Amino acid sequence: MTSMFGEPIARVEDDRLLRGNGAYLDDLGHDALAAAFVRSPHAHARITGIDVSGALDVNGLVAIYTYEDLSGRLAEPLPLLIPHPALTHGRTGYPLASDEVNHVGEPVVMVVAADRYLAEDAAEAISVDYEPLPAVVGIDAARAAEHLVHPDVPDNIAAEMVQSHGNAATAIAGSPHCLELDLTIERSASTPLEGRGVLARWDTESRRLRIWTSTQTSTGVRAAVAAKLDLALADVDVITPDVGGGFGVKIVHPWPEEVLVPWAAKLLGRPVKFTEDRAEHFVASAHERGQQHRVRVGFDDDGRVLGLDVRFWHDNGAYIPYGLIVPIITSTQLLGPYKPGAYRVEFTSLYTNTVIVTPYRGAGRPQGAFVMERTLDAIAAELGLDRALVRERNFITPDEMPYDHGLIFQDGRPLIYDSGDYPACLVKLKELVGWDSFPALRAEARAQGRNLGIGLACYVEGTGVGPYEGAHVVVETSGKVKVATGLTSQGQGHQTVLAQIVADELGVPMADVEVTTGDTRAFDYAVGTFASRAAVVSGSAVALAARAARAKAIKVAAAALEAAPEDMEIIEGVVRVKGDPATAIALGTVAVLSNPLRYAFDEAAKAATQFAGGDLDTPPVAVGESPGLEGREFFSPLRSTFASGMHAVIVETDPRTAEIKILRYCVVHDCGPLINPRIVEGQIHGGVAQGVAGALYERMAYDENGQLQNASFMDFLMPYVSEVPDGIEIDHLETPSPLNPLGIKGAGEAGVIPGAAVFASAISDAEGFPITAMPISPSDLFELRQNRGPGTGDGRR
Amino acid sequence: MAEEELFDVTLVINGVTHTVAVPARRLLSDCLRHDLRLTGTHVGCEHGVCGACTILADGVAVRSCLMLAVSADGAAITTVEGLASPDGALSPVQQAFADCHGLQCGFCTPGFLTTITAALAGNPDPTHDEAREIIGGNLCRCTGYQNIVKAVLRAAELQRTAAPGDGVAPGNGG
Repeated sequence: MTSMFGEPIARVEDDRLLRGNGAYLDDLGHDALAAAFVRSPHAHARITGIDVSGALDVNGLVAIYTYEDLSGRLAEPLPLLIPHPALTHGRTGYPLASDEVNHVGEPVVMVVAADRYLAEDAAEAISVDYEPLPAVVGIDAARAAEHLVHPDVPDNIAAEMVQSHGNAATAIAGSPHCLELDLTIERSASTPLEGRGVLARWDTESRRLRIWTSTQTSTGVRAAVAAKLDLALADVDVITPDVGGGFGVKIVHPWPEEVLVPWAAKLLGRPVKFTEDRAEHFVASAHERGQQHRVRVGFDDDGRVLGLDVRFWHDNGAYIPYGLIVPIITSTQLLGPYKPGAYRVEFTSLYTNTVIVTPYRGAGRPQGAFVMERTLDAIAAELGLDRALVRERNFITPDEMPYDHGLIFQDGRPLIYDSGDYPACLVKLKELVGWDSFPALRAEARAQGRNLGIGLACYVEGTGVGPYEGAHVVVETSGKVKVATGLTSQGQGHQTVLAQIVADELGVPMADVEVTTGDTRAFDYAVGTFASRAAVVSGSAVALAARAARAKAIKVAAAALEAAPEDMEIIEGVVRVKGDPATAIALGTVAVLSNPLRYAFDEAAKAATQFAGGDLDTPPVAVGESPGLEGREFFSPLRSTFASGMHAVIVETDPRTAEIKILRYCVVHDCGPLINPRIVEGQIHGGVAQGVAGALYERMAYDENGQLQNASFMDFLMPYVSEVPDGIEIDHLETPSPLNPLGIKGAGEAGVIPGAAVFASAISDAEGFPITAMPISPSDLFELRQNRGPGTGDGRR
Repeated sequence: MAEEELFDVTLVINGVTHTVAVPARRLLSDCLRHDLRLTGTHVGCEHGVCGACTILADGVAVRSCLMLAVSADGAAITTVEGLASPDGALSPVQQAFADCHGLQCGFCTPGFLTTITAALAGNPDPTHDEAREIIGGNLCRCTGYQNIVKAVLRAAELQRTAAPGDGVAPGNGG
């Protein structure tokens, strides 16, 4: 039987989705009432009154709720999901604003009506009086702290945190060369095509709550809603339907709407649904990326970094429900594939009167890669060295693995790289892009009056973080294999890759395997989908569960055949003595035999009933055994496993218009063995597109009053096909991880991480002056040229 | 407040005639999804930029979030549910997406499928650049468009090799 692991097979998800038979959140609950929200039009204001009288005679109105209607734990602030000792001033919002609003879009009133049109009619007829307060917008304003976001948070500082390894100050002071750089990245956002949404049904007879939500963590939502509504966990089911993209934003939970909709459904005894619209998604979900960094670096004549000191300021928005994950990731993953000598990093996480900041694909790594790669480019320019050579000289080498950075990673565990071969990766990338022949290409273009630049950027990504995932694999008496894991899917193809793993481990055809994700009814212990962890953690759990089911199948079949278990094999769903087709027992039959019966439910089941025979000297289910042909296992990784990669881009910048055109985009990626190369490449494609977006197009254009000026797809420049590279050239390196049974590493986020870094490198190379703030538009570049005069175009920056 | 006035609208959707009473302001996208429960058509922005809600009205690709249901009265409409042939075989465009891994989360996919179906009816043999042009008005956040471009070319190839009458023409009512 051909191994499925490693095969670029087509996805099992697709047929349903291509026929329009997907079931996304808003495709469900046609009988549900609709919720709409009155949201704050002010970035910062005191609520002085709410008048709902105008809405009371709107057709179809069912209920209006304000903060006054909330009680018990629902009236308390939403949970701070990831506490940290350094997060001394953690603040989270209320489900509905109590007396103050802290960003445009914050929910103030919930309306429930017969449909969304009518709910919006009622919402528009509600009048809220506000006393505007000064808005704190942007990192500069937050740092200046002339005004405060939260009156009880001095200087707008949520947290300050330092990590260090060695003495960076001393190392820098003793270095032959030193540079200082200021580097900035603006806000962007995950922006899935489907916004948030939640549907809830309270069963008045069984008194149980069922929630469907477009989330990256069904178990997280379940625990949070049960706690908020004072329900037993066992009385709450959370089901993740098809999800139209997540990219990080849907890991946040519970959203205000995610607790209010179930609460209203329970109160009203009727199903209630909220479907976020695009405008709401811009102002009421979450953003990321906005950070300012100051770097001091000391290095020797060869460009080796001896000491690195990074100070940065992180804009966490109005509240900080997701804790310090993003800045912690920046401060650790900034190091990439390099050993910096001594290192010190300090960050300040600041409140602003803007939408909350939580992980967006890459989660702090794009900023970190931008900082580190810009720094190495600056060193190369300072010393007149090749940029690739400077990187090579700073690489951690394969013989230094596992490599301990002496820092603590985002999972609270030591930052120890488990595997990787960075020098080999660079060799592949240089070859792929033609690094060494680029000067000739540039000269040729220049002769035609064209301006070319090349950039490269490297990254390391800690993937597959714990604490754990689990899986259940059961062989039904039909021979079909049902697999369940608790984490959720948002288009990654988990049903395909997990089925590939099970097919191999259990020895069954792919077509017999069906995978369920994100449904607490099917598997209720799980963490969620983030940090490129699904394949690594759930994939490993699924492999272990399938191995357990396989062992049991062999044991049961061996007993039936009076053969030795070690002589058995499972091929294409049939258990047999190795090489002896005459002994074959279908797995479905083994499943029947595994479950001693009193009552036959069909012809096949008769074989397992009490008068069908068996050893009368032992109990029907032996001590330590359980009925059924199944396996249920968990995988809890010791630490994260570190994927890595390098990107190169060749750009052309228009000498007159400053338009930036992508000529080639090359990727070398190492996520260990590929379960499904086609799916991994798809992840890279999507990541690269988001990297291009963050480098050249997307920003959150807040004005000084905290109004988001580009809160629509007309104005927020999400790339169409015309903005992405026409062809992405990909090569793989496969260094296996020692930390999980499949040797794999995550691949979901990698494509986006070096985006800002690689474009800044290439544009700097084309223009001859350093680019220090991203994203960069043609107007930005034009302005930089005006301010600097003509560039040298000598390729040294 | 007075109840909203309702208007009877007759739509021939995927070959089946539906009559539905809707308020004047009801978007065609909402009418399809919520009144007729044809939820294959998705809504990504409600301002005509993302293209997820694209349907074919009398064979022409239209953004159903920018059209009122009442103004579609009498139109022959093809939604994603009507693209496969009556025997259940995927259309060339649908098959090409499966062959080329042209979708991930699948949310934008129905709009791409209808858009490409209409475009290939007019240009059955697009060049690579024309393939990019065909999908140039639809947003996808997952795929980086690489495999969607491939799927356009693959669909054209499948369509050319398919026998006439295999359910490849748009708006044929499936």
